[in-house]
Amino acid sequence: MKRSARKSRTRPIKPEARGKSQKPRGRINAYFTHHLWVLVSSLGQLWRTPLSTLMTAAVIGIALALPAGLHVLLSNVQQLSSGWEGSAQVSLFIKQDVSEKHIQSLANTLRDWDGVTEVHYISREQALAEFRELSGFGDALDSLTENPLPAVLVLQPTLAQAEPASMSRLLERLRQLDAVDQAQLDMEWVRRLNGIIDVGKRSALLLGTLLALAILLVVGNTIRLTIYARREEIIITKLIGATNAFIRRPFLYTGFWYGLMGAVTAWLLVSGFLGLLRTPVSQLSFLYDSQFRLGGLDFITSLFLLLSGVLLGLAGSWLAVGRHLQAIEPT
Amino acid sequence: MIQFDNVNKRYPGGHEALSGVSFHIQSGEMAFLTGHSGAGKSSLLKLIALIERSSRGQVFIDGQNLSRLKSRHIPYLRRKIGIVFQSHSLLLDRTVFDNVALPLIIAGYHPSEVGRRVRAALDKVGLLNRDKAYPITLSGGEQQRVGIARAVVNRPPLLLADEPTGNLDPELSKEIMGLFEEFNRVGVSVLIATHDHDLISRLDHRLLTLSGGRLTHDGRTTELAVSA
Repeated sequence: MKRSARKSRTRPIKPEARGKSQKPRGRINAYFTHHLWVLVSSLGQLWRTPLSTLMTAAVIGIALALPAGLHVLLSNVQQLSSGWEGSAQVSLFIKQDVSEKHIQSLANTLRDWDGVTEVHYISREQALAEFRELSGFGDALDSLTENPLPAVLVLQPTLAQAEPASMSRLLERLRQLDAVDQAQLDMEWVRRLNGIIDVGKRSALLLGTLLALAILLVVGNTIRLTIYARREEIIITKLIGATNAFIRRPFLYTGFWYGLMGAVTAWLLVSGFLGLLRTPVSQLSFLYDSQFRLGGLDFITSLFLLLSGVLLGLAGSWLAVGRHLQAIEPT
Repeated sequence: MIQFDNVNKRYPGGHEALSGVSFHIQSGEMAFLTGHSGAGKSSLLKLIALIERSSRGQVFIDGQNLSRLKSRHIPYLRRKIGIVFQSHSLLLDRTVFDNVALPLIIAGYHPSEVGRRVRAALDKVGLLNRDKAYPITLSGGEQQRVGIARAVVNRPPLLLADEPTGNLDPELSKEIMGLFEEFNRVGVSVLIATHDHDLISRLDHRLLTLSGGRLTHDGRTTELAVSA
């Protein structure tokens, strides 16, 4: 049989068992090299369609930024209010018939209690003078024959008492004192505010869950379209002997990149918004004589944001791949 | 290498593409499969590559019973078979090199090994200098040769081809057939489906003829020249 010059100078290719000549270490190495290659090439694929990639990343970013931003704002409010809670005071209204001397000795006793740092005595006369000055009912008070106001002991609890449980224990003890008519926590509203913040945080969590579902759908749908656009390629690689894992891999990495880009977008959005709010918030707190500064995204929150973005991206693509890759078989 | 044992293939809807087909192609043998369109050539090749499964009877590849092969093992069977398609089936967004490298990457070869083998396969089909080109810039014959390089790059013991010269002129077709013969000479079993009687009558290999889903003749390609 005649052989052309081109053919005869080449080496014959012999059939051989695949990979037997390779050392196990080389194969593991090749496995990681392949993963790295897929990781980079899937990023390259996204890079080639920058507009649609950016839009998908932006959708994920906005969906992540909403709950994350809400969380950061609520954390700030909580931090601010916890400062107020430390300055919570307890007012003890003393019964009318208790003598001044008795009240003074009671004040001294209370100063020795655990959980009380300071006791300030306001006599009935002082209370009346203060009320007259602040309320503007001076004339009405003049018509009264008797001072209607009780004497008050103002207690400053220690910081350890700021916790609701120990605060209510302290209140209970104070109420059992004979001379005391009423014991009232002045900062009740701080607790209510905390209650509102808790409601807000729970809402942020629920909103976050809903938006996480939305991200799953967005990534899943995007990956689904990519799968169908690359249908031919999938069929060819299946015919060449690619396992399902091999075919799945680039799509999963694409989901990973979408998630990561979305999370970074969200981080930038939240940081940007907080940056824009920082100056007006500082001005506002200056008006209230406060040193409060708006806190940004801390390390833990940032890490959580990145992780949830990546995990949602992976999960979304996993769902799409699981549903749609099986359907593509060579015919 | 390929053994069919009374194989039937019936498609959903009742069309019987193959009925009672039995033959045995030895390891290292080269054979042609011919017959009119719809005679069952493609169905037969699909059964070998497990694109379809037989309705009745058994198919053995390299001693392996395909009817017992689980779906997750199919990829590993396909790695033992190099397939050349009528339409080249190359990935258009990748270079010639990357297309030929694909079977090796799928099988998990080390990059240095991949480069060496891809160059050897491209050299074999005479396209070593076109490795950076994209398939779309190549002629039909060159594209088909890239397809062949991809089919043989991981040195499979069996090579299947479905109308590999379907779109090529006689001169190029002869060249392609020469390539297949060369692979066969170094021990690769080759099965080629074709209806190009002119071309194969000038060669001397086994010839299986299908007609209406039945194997009607099992002889030599040289007989075609006599009858023509």
